[in-house]
Amino acid sequence: MSLIDLANPTRFLALSARVLPWLAAATVILLAIGLYQSALAPDDYQQGATVKIMFIHVPNAWLSMFVWGVMSVASLGTLVWRHPLADVAAKAAAPIGASFTFLALLTGSLWGRPMWGTYWEWDARLTSVLILFLMYLGLMALWRAVEDPSRAARAAAVLTLVGALNLPIIKFSVDWWNTLHQPASVMRMGGSTLDKSFLIPLLVMAVAFTLLFVTLHLAAMRNEILRRRVRSLQMMQASRVAFSSEMTPGARPESASKGAA
Amino acid sequence: MSFGPYASFIVTSYAAAAIVVALLIGWVVLDYRSQTKRLRELDRSGVTRRSGRSAVDMPKTTI
Repeated sequence: MSLIDLANPTRFLALSARVLPWLAAATVILLAIGLYQSALAPDDYQQGATVKIMFIHVPNAWLSMFVWGVMSVASLGTLVWRHPLADVAAKAAAPIGASFTFLALLTGSLWGRPMWGTYWEWDARLTSVLILFLMYLGLMALWRAVEDPSRAARAAAVLTLVGALNLPIIKFSVDWWNTLHQPASVMRMGGSTLDKSFLIPLLVMAVAFTLLFVTLHLAAMRNEILRRRVRSLQMMQASRVAFSSEMTPGARPESASKGAA
Repeated sequence: MSFGPYASFIVTSYAAAAIVVALLIGWVVLDYRSQTKRLRELDRSGVTRRSGRSAVDMPKTTI
């Protein structure tokens, strides 16, 4: 099945209905395994038990950028290929991405207090992720502000692609500037610096949260397709009502009197 | 399993993640129910898609 086949919303609804239960089951199983492994992971020699916060903070931080990446690809689909599901995908992903970014900020703050002695510091990594969160909120506001979905889609796509410039800034902020946040310890040249006892639960949780995103995203896309179906039917209903009231004799006395004059 | 003096930070982090994920799942499920309910109402009132298919003509799913 190609992307062109999936361009048909009805076909997408049929395929996603078959895939969703499997995705949800895989997510639950992997989350359970990840949480179990996280609970059994040893304390860090420097950070003690707070290292357990890493198992939810890092997957959420990765996903906060990954979801914006997905939205950027979808925005290209809207602007370049005009794929009918591209703006549906972008719109459905925004609240999920905002939630992951919020969790990354919150859990990072809760990890920072015992380790750094502060909940918040205006350093490059924390500030650039906060900007990402605000951009998610801005995009959601834009979708709500413009009533016509196709007009909103084009504006949101441009904003999303401009906002994608923030992704490399977030990723490399710890290398470019002197920040309180630690440098990359998993995705780095020369391999991970994490011990296997931390790395394996972290990767399992990352895959589990990614599956959670895919599941929620597909379900939210289905909802968005249905919402647009409701909107077009309501417009059809309104035009029928307007047409029938025009056709009914005596329904518009002012036009009738003009015609008589 | 003991979290020592940092228990409140660790428990709050996991609880917040659980609450946010639960809210996301709730939002998706309630939104689906709301849209299918509106489609059924439109279908009952005789408004159908141009293809002639029912407004609620789609595969059943668990959400």
